Amino acid sequence: MSSDQTDTTPGPGAARTDEITSGFPEAGAPRFESIDAVRTGLAGVDYLADDGISGVVYLADRLAKPVLVEGPAGTGKTELAKSVARLTGSRLIRLQCYEGLDESKALYEWNYKKQLLRIQADSGQSWQQLEEDIFSEEFLLTRPLLEAIKSTEPVVLLIDEVDRVELETEALLLEILSEYQVSIPELGTVRASQIPLVFLTSNNTRELSEALKRRCLYLHIDYPGLERERAIIETRVPGISQALADQVARIVRSIRSLDLKKAPSVSETLDWARTLVVLGVESIDAEQAKDTLHILLKYRSDIDRASKELAGLDTTG
Amino acid sequence: MLDLLTGFVGELRAAGIPVSLSEHLDAAETLRHVPLEDREAIKYTLGASLVKSSTHWPAYETAFEIYFSLRGPGYSIATDDESGAELETDDEGSGQPGQGGRQGKGRGGGGGEGMTPEELADMLYKALLGANNSMIQAVARQAVNRYGGMEAGRPVGGTYYLYRTLRNLDLDKVMERLIDQARQATSAENADEGHRGPDVTLTPLEERLLRDEYQSRIDQLRKEIESEIRRRLVADRGSEALAKSIRKPLPEDIDVMHATRDELVALRKSLAPLSRKLAVRLARKRRHGRKGPLDFRSTVRHSLSTGGVPVEPRFRYPRPSKPEIIVIADISGSVASFARFTLHLVHAISSQFSKVRSFVFIDGIDEVTSYFEGVDDPTEAVHRINTEADVVWVDGHSDYGHALTVFWERWGEEITPRTSVLLLGDARNNYHASGSWVVKEIRSRARHVYWLNPEPRAYWDSGDSIVGEYANYCDEVVECRTLRQLERFVGELA
Repeated sequence: MSSDQTDTTPGPGAARTDEITSGFPEAGAPRFESIDAVRTGLAGVDYLADDGISGVVYLADRLAKPVLVEGPAGTGKTELAKSVARLTGSRLIRLQCYEGLDESKALYEWNYKKQLLRIQADSGQSWQQLEEDIFSEEFLLTRPLLEAIKSTEPVVLLIDEVDRVELETEALLLEILSEYQVSIPELGTVRASQIPLVFLTSNNTRELSEALKRRCLYLHIDYPGLERERAIIETRVPGISQALADQVARIVRSIRSLDLKKAPSVSETLDWARTLVVLGVESIDAEQAKDTLHILLKYRSDIDRASKELAGLDTTG
Repeated sequence: MLDLLTGFVGELRAAGIPVSLSEHLDAAETLRHVPLEDREAIKYTLGASLVKSSTHWPAYETAFEIYFSLRGPGYSIATDDESGAELETDDEGSGQPGQGGRQGKGRGGGGGEGMTPEELADMLYKALLGANNSMIQAVARQAVNRYGGMEAGRPVGGTYYLYRTLRNLDLDKVMERLIDQARQATSAENADEGHRGPDVTLTPLEERLLRDEYQSRIDQLRKEIESEIRRRLVADRGSEALAKSIRKPLPEDIDVMHATRDELVALRKSLAPLSRKLAVRLARKRRHGRKGPLDFRSTVRHSLSTGGVPVEPRFRYPRPSKPEIIVIADISGSVASFARFTLHLVHAISSQFSKVRSFVFIDGIDEVTSYFEGVDDPTEAVHRINTEADVVWVDGHSDYGHALTVFWERWGEEITPRTSVLLLGDARNNYHASGSWVVKEIRSRARHVYWLNPEPRAYWDSGDSIVGEYANYCDEVVECRTLRQLERFVGELA
């Protein structure tokens, strides 16, 4: 479908006006049938969603609203966006946020150097012509947000770690999140020809602004329960036995219930399970657990604490 | 349905969750897309548009349970015969032939009364052992019937019913029984197989895992009982009346001085992210503050990429000096938890101050700064304060006068014009001398003197509180009852 559209575009000059004026954002055909369809679909691409996750993804599609995903590190926030992209066969466009991110890195930038070259190369033209020329799309460098808006094929836009940008920069996102459009003073407004599914992730290092939150659906992904974690281990770690997966999930749950600096995340759990498989462990005993804990926990004091809790009873008993 | 939603949103707002009009509209829109018979789906999708912070989720969940609770004849309080509830139970239980049979027998024997305590205990034990969800629900229902002693029409929140039910079930004993059972099973197994001695029992690791497993099931049971009680209360008195009586404050709005143990745990949990956020915010404020004078060198350097034309001027950023903080905290019984939270918060963001020194007192005073040095986690240091600091001089009742005088004699020299002094306490001095001249002296040397009082403003200067006398010499006396107020104060300070 997408290839058809690009083929019919005659040339860069003509395409410009078309793309900018045409295409009012309309809610396209729904991507998902029902909440259960989301869940089974995600399971098909090895992402095990719970009620909350699948419900919110379904709703995001129906209401054409972005999703703000929060939760502890390593619980699969970014992975969710990737999986949804894989499920819907869309292109994933990712904007990694960091402190100091600005318009020219997130939205668009004029290619100054090329504009300078253009001016120097041909000085015979009238100013009017020249001005029209250098502020055309040829000299526009699209950045992820504009890219997602302009794309004619289906897109999943992932704005990663949005809490890292300054409060003022958040305002950049507001227009695109609520109207799915970008205003460029020299060119006019670029509207989306299709509504992208937008995921914003946050590690909650600061409170996001009310304006941003209001425009999003909110999804909090916490550590999974025992059943779900076991299922995740089984799907994501090839060659693991059911008994081992069960044991891993239970040990991890016990460790999370301790008062630690940083509880083991799902990705660390998976790393641990993989290690155990590579080591050829069939069932974990206290000694092995202690030796491999450093994969699960990243602080010295946490490791000491956990090994004391899990295995320290050995010395007394 | 829309009326119900409006009432629900009103309740959320009353509980302190900010819900804007557009979020309300989104929620209404949501209901068009989600099948109404799927209660879980409704809960999560409504939550997605109404609740925008994970700390608000428990409050949302409670409100949701009340407004969208299951209704039916089975949940009314006056149940002489629980046919509705029982029937359902039986259907679910029959999947497990052995247990279903037992259940049937219990009902047959007890008739309208339900089952005997022994049978109920036995059923509970079986349900927990088998991790059978429907059975756990059934037990919860039975237990509430039997022990809750619920009376119709009483304007209560249900905590008492919960307490009564749980006390009768004696979950600790059940836990021990489960563990014992597991131990016996393992040793029996080993004896049968014969490749280990019969005295071999569970390894500590296994026992620990089992314990956690059962603990989570017991927690589930507790939740079931709680929601069962709530459902009945809703059926009895309607959503709105009930919502009012069981509304819980959000963690940041809990009154620190009168917090229950559970609330204190919640407070402690929310303190860590709170202080982290505060530190990030302050650091940003410092860096992105005002613009300073032109940085000529940097401007020229950056002009090279535009062919020597200084397109973008560069500025030197001012580096405002960080304040020094001295915290003097009363840690006598009444205000201890408040002092702990404040010390915790101040030290968690100590990178935002050039120096932080802490003193604690009851009637004697002691410096505790060293406890916080080289410790990553303020919790530990706060714990050491409680056990090690030497703060009792005579009888262990607050004596502000003596404590302040000693402070002035020993450390008064170290207050400089760059120092901000925070005094923490309710100023309930047990009618001792006030020593307010010390505060006056401190005021003349320090940059600022603030007094944080964890009591509501209305109680100030009543009884033996003499905060007014100190207030004469303070820049400001601040009421600091909740984490939110504390956060705001510390944020302004730095």
